[in-house]
Amino acid sequence: MEQRKEEKNKYSIIIPTYNERLNIALIVYLIFKHVRDVEFEIIVVDDGSPDGTQDVVKQLQQVYGEDCILLRPRPKKLGLGTAYIHGLKHASGNFVVIMDADLSHHPKYLPSFIKKQLETGASIVTGTRYAQGGGVHGWNLMRKLTSRGANVLAQTLLWPGVSDLTGSFRLYKKSVLEDIITSVVSKGYVFQMEMIVRASRKGYHIEEVPITFVDRVFGSSKLGGSEIVEYLKGVAYLLVTT
Amino acid sequence: MRHVIKIITILVAISAIWIGLLQTAVIPNSHTWLLPIYLVVLLGCYGLLMVGVGLMRFPTCPQEAMLLQQDIIEAKEFLKQKGVDFGSD
Repeated sequence: MEQRKEEKNKYSIIIPTYNERLNIALIVYLIFKHVRDVEFEIIVVDDGSPDGTQDVVKQLQQVYGEDCILLRPRPKKLGLGTAYIHGLKHASGNFVVIMDADLSHHPKYLPSFIKKQLETGASIVTGTRYAQGGGVHGWNLMRKLTSRGANVLAQTLLWPGVSDLTGSFRLYKKSVLEDIITSVVSKGYVFQMEMIVRASRKGYHIEEVPITFVDRVFGSSKLGGSEIVEYLKGVAYLLVTT
Repeated sequence: MRHVIKIITILVAISAIWIGLLQTAVIPNSHTWLLPIYLVVLLGCYGLLMVGVGLMRFPTCPQEAMLLQQDIIEAKEFLKQKGVDFGSD
């Protein structure tokens, strides 16, 4: 708390987008509605969406101010991991929040991330769907089964110390994110798992807050055979490299 | 230490205890030979139990989906007022 008085915290919210012109507008509105009394900026990393996402972001800049919403586009789809690295280069805050643009992550939880970090001084606060107060909506039985199976496997083999490994709604100290993101090589689901496992191995203080996850496009996050194979490879890779 | 080394260390320790039991024959050797199979079965049961319990207690939040719909309507209204054109979808 005392540290807060000396230097004001600033939160850089990095949101990678691809064809999210409606969702980015909604999420920006909800961020400004729910995040109050803290300094923050939204960094939209758009991978050359053909649907006009960038035009919508420019209009939002007119409404909310260009210093609060930064558009940092890239010419084409280049992947999630590099999107965070790209956004990170332009972040001026001492904390970085990463979240999905599709509204499966609701900005109303941002204050609880910030509060948890201030209370505990944690390096990372990660959203968990599996704790009391959290939850998932829009998954069928098969999707829940794969999720639980994947989680039990990773918990048994990797002992990561967090309950939700593949969640991607997280708050990082900027220096910590910069430190771990360069050593992460995985893509997709495994990327989020590798980030948190590497952070845990490096001894960073990780705290969890419950979040809810609403899958609006039903089955958009379904796991196919190839994703399961990638996941198993990811667990094996983390076993021998961390 | 690589994590896989930790796991291998645990497996080696368990094997050492098992070989010790075989050598000293505290319990009959015919039983001792079956212990690794019991261990594998136990591990499988643990996995199935954890998945089963996790599945039964899987936290869901149908009310959140409704709240989100309200938020979306509210956000759309505000943004239209401000003249933000986000398409028709």
